Amino acid sequence: MIKAILIFNNHGKPRLIRFYQYFAEDMQQQIIRETFHLVSKRDDNVCNFLEGGSLIGGSDYKLIYRHYATLYFVFCVDSSESELGILDLIQVSVIIVNVCFHVQVFVETLDKCFENVCELDLIFHMDKVHYILQEVVMGGMVLETNMNEIVAQVELQNRMEKSEGGLSAAPARAVSAVKNMNLPEIPRNINIGDINIKVPSLSPF
Amino acid sequence: MALKIVKGSIDRMFDKNLQDLVRGIRNHKEDEAKYISTCIDEIKQELKQDNIAVKANAVCKLTYLQMLGYDVSWAAFNIVEVMSSSKFTYKRIGYLAASQCFHEGTDVIMLTTNQIRKDLSSPNQYDTGVALTGLSCFVTPDLARDLANDIMTLMSHTKPYIRKKAVLIMYKVFLKYPESLRPAFPRLKEKLEDPDPGVQSAAVNVICELARRNPKNYLSLAPLFFKLMTSSTNNWVLIKIIKLFGALTPLEPRLGKKLIEPLTNLIHSTSAMSLLYECVNTVIAVLISLSSGMPNHSASIQLCVQKLRILIEDSDQNLKYLGLLAMSKILKTHPKSVQSHKDLILQCLDDKDESIRLRALDLLYGMVSKKNLMEIVKKLMLHVDKAEGTTYRDELLTKIIDICSQSNYQYITNFEWYISILVELTRLEGTRHGHLIASQMLDVAIRVKAIRAFAVAQMAMLLDNAHLLTGNMQRNGICEVLYAAAWICGEFSEHLEDPNQTLEAMLRPKVATLPGHIQAVYVQNAAKLFATVLRKHEGATDSQAAQETSQLLVERLPLFVQSANLEVQERASCILQLVKYIQKLQQKDVEVAEEVSALFAGELNPVAPKAQKKVPVPEGLDLDAWINEPPSESESEDEKPKAVFAKEETKHSRPRHTEVDEKELARRREARKQEQANNPFYIKSSPSSQKVYQDAPGVEHIPVVQIDLSVPLKVPGMPMSDQYLKLEEERRQKEKAEKKKKEKKKKREKHGKGKKHDSGPESEEDITPAHHVDIVTEEMPENALPSDDDDKDPNDPHKALDIDLDKPLADTEKLPVRTHRSEPLKSPGEDGDVESVPQEPKKRSSKEKKEKKKDKDKDRKKSKEEKKKKKKHKHDAEDEPAELPAEEPVKSEETNEVATPPTSTSAEASDLDFWLSSTPVAPTAKEVAAPAPAPAPAPETSLAAAPDSEADEPKDAEPEEVKCSKHKKKKQKKEKEKEEKKEKKKKRHHHHHHHSDGGEDSVQNGTMEEEEPLPPMSNYCLLAENSYIKMVYDIQGNLQDGSQVVVSVIFENKSDSFLKSMEFNVLDSLNSKLQRPEGAGPHDGLVVPFQLPPGVSNEARFIFSVQSIVMPQKLKGTLTFIVKSEDSSTHEKLDFKLHFTCTSYLITTPCYSDAYAKLLESGDLKSSSLRLEGVNMPFHHLLARICFHHHFSVVERIDSCASMYSRSIQGHHVCLLVKTADQTVSIDAKCDEPSLLGNVLDEIKQTFSQC
Repeated sequence: MIKAILIFNNHGKPRLIRFYQYFAEDMQQQIIRETFHLVSKRDDNVCNFLEGGSLIGGSDYKLIYRHYATLYFVFCVDSSESELGILDLIQVSVIIVNVCFHVQVFVETLDKCFENVCELDLIFHMDKVHYILQEVVMGGMVLETNMNEIVAQVELQNRMEKSEGGLSAAPARAVSAVKNMNLPEIPRNINIGDINIKVPSLSPF
Repeated sequence: MALKIVKGSIDRMFDKNLQDLVRGIRNHKEDEAKYISTCIDEIKQELKQDNIAVKANAVCKLTYLQMLGYDVSWAAFNIVEVMSSSKFTYKRIGYLAASQCFHEGTDVIMLTTNQIRKDLSSPNQYDTGVALTGLSCFVTPDLARDLANDIMTLMSHTKPYIRKKAVLIMYKVFLKYPESLRPAFPRLKEKLEDPDPGVQSAAVNVICELARRNPKNYLSLAPLFFKLMTSSTNNWVLIKIIKLFGALTPLEPRLGKKLIEPLTNLIHSTSAMSLLYECVNTVIAVLISLSSGMPNHSASIQLCVQKLRILIEDSDQNLKYLGLLAMSKILKTHPKSVQSHKDLILQCLDDKDESIRLRALDLLYGMVSKKNLMEIVKKLMLHVDKAEGTTYRDELLTKIIDICSQSNYQYITNFEWYISILVELTRLEGTRHGHLIASQMLDVAIRVKAIRAFAVAQMAMLLDNAHLLTGNMQRNGICEVLYAAAWICGEFSEHLEDPNQTLEAMLRPKVATLPGHIQAVYVQNAAKLFATVLRKHEGATDSQAAQETSQLLVERLPLFVQSANLEVQERASCILQLVKYIQKLQQKDVEVAEEVSALFAGELNPVAPKAQKKVPVPEGLDLDAWINEPPSESESEDEKPKAVFAKEETKHSRPRHTEVDEKELARRREARKQEQANNPFYIKSSPSSQKVYQDAPGVEHIPVVQIDLSVPLKVPGMPMSDQYLKLEEERRQKEKAEKKKKEKKKKREKHGKGKKHDSGPESEEDITPAHHVDIVTEEMPENALPSDDDDKDPNDPHKALDIDLDKPLADTEKLPVRTHRSEPLKSPGEDGDVESVPQEPKKRSSKEKKEKKKDKDKDRKKSKEEKKKKKKHKHDAEDEPAELPAEEPVKSEETNEVATPPTSTSAEASDLDFWLSSTPVAPTAKEVAAPAPAPAPAPETSLAAAPDSEADEPKDAEPEEVKCSKHKKKKQKKEKEKEEKKEKKKKRHHHHHHHSDGGEDSVQNGTMEEEEPLPPMSNYCLLAENSYIKMVYDIQGNLQDGSQVVVSVIFENKSDSFLKSMEFNVLDSLNSKLQRPEGAGPHDGLVVPFQLPPGVSNEARFIFSVQSIVMPQKLKGTLTFIVKSEDSSTHEKLDFKLHFTCTSYLITTPCYSDAYAKLLESGDLKSSSLRLEGVNMPFHHLLARICFHHHFSVVERIDSCASMYSRSIQGHHVCLLVKTADQTVSIDAKCDEPSLLGNVLDEIKQTFSQC
């Protein structure tokens, strides 16, 4: 079982956390801090396994992590998981994140060059990374390891979201353009008609 | 309204989305908290709006804030709102938020049940997927219980994407709702052979996870897993299976033998390091389980060690780490093969990677021998000095102590050396393990009598130099050793060279800065020392010195009397008064030494840590009984149990000593000794009096031999452990030389050494300890039970999953609504046990279940049953004949069983036995899958290999038992049809049994339902079919809305062409109408929301509204569709008739007998009755049939009479009283709606007329 997946950067700032066992928020933060503390002081050329921290797990649990540029990907797992398998899984996840964010077309050309994940992708799209991860690990158990299958499922779901108009139904750029117009107080009730036209794909609720 | 929407969307444009929030937080680095709090305020506003998009956006932002550590549980309700949005986009956000912050304590979770159920059955697979994913994170016992059945249904979903998720989540469901394990297990097992690799992998995953905690229950799956292992190419699956075998082999060594071969092949062939590593691991587990007897056993070990060495030598630190890890497992059983790699391991101690050093340390633990202990510890001591970072140093420290103290100090030949090591370790700065060192010092000093003099000298020195320890140390760190030092000096003060000086050291003012508990020991032991000093001086008639000592105490003790620590204060003032009194006596020249030492006389023996727990409960003492009866009881009764604890102790102990005469005592002692000597569980201690040994010469014991003073005892200054190393070398040399002469003599001596004798893995014979020491065994209570199970955590959730899965399912065991079983055969003889076990926990839940589950599950159940019924009712020419022959064998099988009761559970086991034994160590992996080469008519092998072989092949020679099991299995695998039937029967059968024992649980019985792992279609009954398409359907009542029924239709494309534009239309009657979307005309068809490629099937649901449910109904309908082949497309249509029976409006509803009685008494019900002649079936079958086909539940059953209950979707109560006598069944029925009742009775009659 995987007990937790933590992604944080070189300064210990969480970028994505997923616990498969309940911890209160402050405990979660403590765990992140502790894990960061354990992981960050290790050189890059030492082994990627770490006997678990004191807060999460105990003797049966291990931290398995990978360090990519500015990010740490840490899986906290128990003895039923294969250490090397999880290491591979982290790599697979990272590649998938990359593929989903950048090269959506060339799925076949998965390759080592995707091994570095861009922190900004994670910062601004935490939700999307969650959705990707959900296709890899579910409830603490590995759901799928076939990269193509995972990417395909993620894609299909994204497409579905798009067909529904997405969360920001209006093209994000248009909206932010409006937002950045620097009009101190936009009287919201005026010009309803006009603005409505600019927001094409709003679905009725 | 429109305006409102528009307004909402505009508002939205100006709301921050997640990206804006993140950007904002990044731009407000200095006042992040403030910024976030304003954001939270905004979010709160957004959540108040009606627009779901705004809410979803807000929830999305909350998810981000949750990650930053903000508690967002206040928005739980909004999250639920977003979850229930109909749009996938929002639903996904809602579920994500829920999975991040919901937990068992979240109260709104109970609101989600219906929403989740709806999502689970959504036609959109991603809605279902999202719901499953979310649920996996926040499933609670309630949710698990309520949804278990729905999830189980999804395990047979047409889409592998859903199947794999459903399979995986079952594990979580099992954890929260252990009762679901047995009903769901057969299907789970079936998924091991799912055509989709993802589903298969999920099933392997779940079963491995289950088996890891309770391996013995899964042994019977070994053949299946073996097959998978030899056939699968998915490394993930292989790893899991191999890991699982690692857990199973300790339980079944024969399995290990079978595994060695294929595993070795894998080790040789695989290129995946992860797989290689796991194989090696499992081979190790196998080798451990096979204590001996494998001919090429050592070859396998060699192979493993060799491969591990390659891993350890690899430059990849990860492989190195894992190699060491696996090595430590081999070490436990085959230390010799590891010891040859000592060089490699010592090398790893110098690795820059801490994890690797720690692993290497672990290995060292097992590599020590008497010969190399000193050398290794010396090396570690060097590391201690070098190590930076206290964690690693502390780890080293504990390892040193572990290594030295392991198995009762088995490898220590020279305790002086060990004491010096401990003393050296006290020089460590800032260690947390002072108490560890202290306890070692105490342990050694107490248990090794020969070393006491030396230990005391060292401790005195420590006390003298206490300032070194306390000066720059943290208070709670190393100063703990002073605790030990003070106690040892006090307790064994007779060995002290200069007690005066030590006494002085213990009373220095600086001591007052030590922690309280240490000061207390100081004070107490100062008193002991004082006693020693007095005795010494009185003998020498040097009263002056003694008086000076008293004076010293009187002067120094007031410091402690003022201590803030109560313990210190109390002891100090006591002792101060005592000393003052003694002083007075001394001034009168009274001899006091004798009396003062009497205060501290006697010796303490070490007590084993678990001793207290192991005191057996005396016979006749019931710890659960009341000590004080509830007030009304008379007091005289209470006294007995009390006496056991208190009175006897206090009252008896003193008078008895005087009363019981010496003879009696001696006699008793003799008797007890005799008893102890004969009791194998009694761990013989060496009490302080040595007489015991003489009394029982036969008992293995450790003689106390005088110290062989080859090493000088006095070491001036701080001890240096190194010098012992040299001395030891020299001594060994000398001894070797001497040895030849003394060989014979020594052997005898060694014999006496007892414990040490059989220990070291190296040629220990060469090494004799420097001192012959008596390691006093820890005392255990008499008759201690040698139980070792005190380590289990009672709170482990997996404990609840320790469930025997091979036992046939009892009737009580079913998921809230539908059940499912694949172990259909159960001999009646077993019924009793089976039921008594699972029933207990069920009772509780079944009642709740009853209430809650009713609603949801009714629908399904109903439809299913209906279907069944229809099958029979309808004149389905094809079905009928197929059914009959199928039932025949079942009956015979049953009778068969009655004749040979001792089968089914044992059958499973014997199957496994057979598998394990029949193919003796298969030459290749594949071999096992193929029919066994052996001539033995192996039933089990043929099962694994050739599933098509007929059940009735000649095997008369086989024992009845095996035959039976074979039968069973085959059926299971091959003849699903048949099995289904059989199962049905079985179920009824059990069902019945069950009722006869306990009416309480009868409420459950309505839920007996077919849930066999069939292709989903087979559960439905035929609606219509032609050469293009086949439709089967299923009607479910809707409890929420009493006027609705849901008809699920599965369309199967039988042609080679593409079917599209399907339209489903029904000619409405006055009473029943197809619900069409708003705006559609009353005669418009409903578009089936999918197209069918060739050979594909899919399910659509249609809702009908029903006015009156008292009459059965038939609706005519038509399906139109376009058949599109490569070159042409044609328009086709198919007519059908939908049949709504009255039973299909009934919902199995449990009812308590008291409520039932009230209902009957109320007098609102009209009655009617029915007589069935010539019903030739056992009564319990009859009842089961009614329950099964007509959605009734048994309320109560007395002999050949039973009351039953059901309820319609519109709330009509239907009560039956069924009686039977001589093939005649009379049913008296009552219902508040006579025509409904009449129709139901007709339908019942029809059911029985068909059988």
